Amino acid sequence: MSVAAMMPGSPERAELMKNAVKGRSLWDDARRRLLRNKAAVASMIVLGLLVLLALVGPLLVPFDYDQIRKNDVWAPPLTGGHLLGADSLGRDLLARLLMGLGVSMAIGLIATLVSLVIGVAYGAIAGFVGGRTDEVMMRIVDTLYSLPFIFFVILLMVTFGRNIFLIFVAIGAVEWLTMSRIVRGQTLSLKQKEFVEAARAAGLSRGAIIARHIVPNLLGPVVVYVTLTIPAVIIAESFLSFLGLGVQPPMASLGTLINAGALDMELAPWLLIFPSLVMIVTLMCFNFIGDGLRDAIDPKDR
Amino acid sequence: MLRFLIRRLLVAIPTMFLVVTVAFFMMRAAPGSPFDGERRLTPEVEANVMAKYGMDRPLGEQYVNYLAGAVQGDFGPSLKYKDKTVLDVLQENYAVSLKLGLSSIVLAALIGMSLGVIAALRQNRSADYVTMAVAILGVCIPTFVTAPLLVLAFASKLGWLPTAGWNNGALLNMVLPVTVLALPQIAIISRLTRAGMIEVLRSNYVRTARAKGLSESRIVRKHALRAAILPLVSYLGPACAGLITGSLVVEKIFNLPGLGKFFVVSALQRDYTVVMGMVIFYAALILLLNLIADLLYSVLDPRVRLA
Repeated sequence: MSVAAMMPGSPERAELMKNAVKGRSLWDDARRRLLRNKAAVASMIVLGLLVLLALVGPLLVPFDYDQIRKNDVWAPPLTGGHLLGADSLGRDLLARLLMGLGVSMAIGLIATLVSLVIGVAYGAIAGFVGGRTDEVMMRIVDTLYSLPFIFFVILLMVTFGRNIFLIFVAIGAVEWLTMSRIVRGQTLSLKQKEFVEAARAAGLSRGAIIARHIVPNLLGPVVVYVTLTIPAVIIAESFLSFLGLGVQPPMASLGTLINAGALDMELAPWLLIFPSLVMIVTLMCFNFIGDGLRDAIDPKDR
Repeated sequence: MLRFLIRRLLVAIPTMFLVVTVAFFMMRAAPGSPFDGERRLTPEVEANVMAKYGMDRPLGEQYVNYLAGAVQGDFGPSLKYKDKTVLDVLQENYAVSLKLGLSSIVLAALIGMSLGVIAALRQNRSADYVTMAVAILGVCIPTFVTAPLLVLAFASKLGWLPTAGWNNGALLNMVLPVTVLALPQIAIISRLTRAGMIEVLRSNYVRTARAKGLSESRIVRKHALRAAILPLVSYLGPACAGLITGSLVVEKIFNLPGLGKFFVVSALQRDYTVVMGMVIFYAALILLLNLIADLLYSVLDPRVRLA
């Protein structure tokens, strides 16, 4: 190869640069591994469709979720224009299911965000400050861990009435514990890493180190845990709804629909089967994506 | 060992204190009172009733009184069930929950471990994939979904099993509730066993055992399995918590006279003392099981040092 070919601006050089091996970041690697995981990719597609359905579906269904129709009481699927049938008040199941799916997903997302914010802040502070502060903060988490939390959530719902905002807070407040432990452990080990020392030696400020070096490395485990927290929250909410303490009628969530379906299942099994199916598919998608992400981001754990 | 035990018991004290405190004030912050019945009490009667239970005192004083009683094992009378103390109520109802919980954890351990071992021995073959697919299903599907679906299939449609009821713990009545409670545990236990077995089967001492010419079944039973199920022991605590949560649902669906069903009812009726008693009971149970798990772990695995 002639020297001229290497001169900046020469067409040969441009050609070479195009073919040169491009450096791959950790995240590129992770994306590749994730996209090779068939279960995770299929789950992402299905979940995307479900989200889309929950968002625009209600506009396409010719019934409202709380529209009571005397003539359609317990209409089986595919009769009277009800694709999935109707319930004991003649309300369209499809409309209620889409609405319930949306509510469940929204609760899952928001409560997870609450736990994310509390958990990351708490864990990062404990990990960063270290020493006595860390010890006390983690001892508190240990103590909270051994509480029978479901009882406190039930008490909370009984005490302050069944409003939807409280469900977010209650569940989010329960789920942050694991998040804070993960973040704290990660922060502790990151603090010791050579690249952090190098950054410090290079004169970066504390804030810059956190932003440039610590947080991006925290992101992996946090993302994985978030995808696994969302289904846990959906289950927790449905559990409360199932006990009659969650979302109140005429609103619906997957939990209330399954609960109502279980009451009428002898007469109208579709009221139980369809919501259960949607619930199972949703939870499985989240779990597959979470597992896939974990394998992709942290291949050591395989 | 003794030092560890004392340390753990000392840590348990603030935990229990926190449990009692939070539960007490949360319960009292709830609107309504245990004496709101169908029939409204006249103010005088209500004042008398309140005085009888010491509820006319300031909340702080009641709290101190409650703590003093609880320390001595006196959890007070039930406010809803006349002439019964909280301990009576607990005693009358815990047997059903206990039988249910124990049966399902034994069932889950047996099936879960067998499935896990099979999957590990047939790693990346069809038996492995089927088992693990079932395990994923078991983890994903919550009890309140499996319970009604199983009732619909096996009780309503096929008519093989009763739909609900306890019937003094008859075997047929227990099949469905125990299965529902055990399913998620089977899933988790089989995954843990599989992971443990795969790791252990690669270890040097298993290779040594093979080199000695031991039969494969002896290697699995005597050498590999014992080490592989260690992680299961530390799962005991969370498993118990899962069973308790599950039993709330299962007891409601199958209409079983256990503690779980009692808890929600009592909370809704504002039976303060019974609710408090149950929260304390469950918290102590979880702490105790975690402690047992840690002790067992150190006995089974001498590499683990208690600190």
